[in-house]
Amino acid sequence: MVFGTGSSSTKSTKGVEEVGGNLSVLIVDDDPIILRIHRMMLNKFGLVTHVVENGKEAVDLFRSGSCFDMVLMDMEMPIMDGPKATQELRAMGVNSMIVGVTSRGLESEKQSFMGAGLNRCHEKPLTTDIVTSLVQELIKHY
Amino acid sequence: MDRIVELQRQLVEYTTSLYNEGFLDDQFNQLQQLQDESNPDFVVEVVSLFFEDSERLLNELANSLEQQSLDFIRVDAHVHQLKGSSSSIGAQRVQRACILFRNYCEVQNVEGCLNCLQHVKHEYSLVKSKLETLFKLEQKILAAGGTLPMMM
Repeated sequence: MVFGTGSSSTKSTKGVEEVGGNLSVLIVDDDPIILRIHRMMLNKFGLVTHVVENGKEAVDLFRSGSCFDMVLMDMEMPIMDGPKATQELRAMGVNSMIVGVTSRGLESEKQSFMGAGLNRCHEKPLTTDIVTSLVQELIKHY
Repeated sequence: MDRIVELQRQLVEYTTSLYNEGFLDDQFNQLQQLQDESNPDFVVEVVSLFFEDSERLLNELANSLEQQSLDFIRVDAHVHQLKGSSSSIGAQRVQRACILFRNYCEVQNVEGCLNCLQHVKHEYSLVKSKLETLFKLEQKILAAGGTLPMMM
């Protein structure tokens, strides 16, 4: 591990950060730690973030006319879980990029979550590299 | 100035030891990389959330394991949550202790679960103490007018 001194302890994410622009992300997760971390990560990329704590709140938001470029959807949540919320959003015609995040490592569970209509699925917490690739994909396709 | 340099050296040495001894993994470094001038307390805030969450979960686990009829599904759910939050902040030894704990839940081994609870509590108590020491060192540097060393 290499150490240096500087006025900031922040690693620069310039480039992708600057083109985050006005892209919006809905973070759907009942874990306050993950919400804080993912929100911070996405904000550093210049993305506008909104958070809700379960799938039903996410569905209700879209149903009320809100729109987001990307949804970060946790798998396990009370009231309505990630797979169910994803199915409902796709059934409503929502074509935003939906990225599943799960703390479960089983490949079968990830595949099942993907089958609900996700674009991608990752283990949480997301890393800076993964968020970079998500933002790049978002900019390219949406 | 010498005092600041010495404190910075102590912080670097201490942080390195936490990684070498497995208390922290790269996820903690990821959190430190996210911290900046506009969010100078980000790491402390996230770690504080982890402390609150862990203490709640450890209490719930202790209650659950005291019940006459053990609900292994409930116990496993709590351990799963604790594993998740420890992994979110890079508390590697707590995370690993939780993985072992879940194995005993899966086979419904009561004694194994009770031992694992003690193990998880011990690891949590250690990492809490280490992180509090780390944050105190950081505060000393900042109070002396120094800057925090960057970890690359």
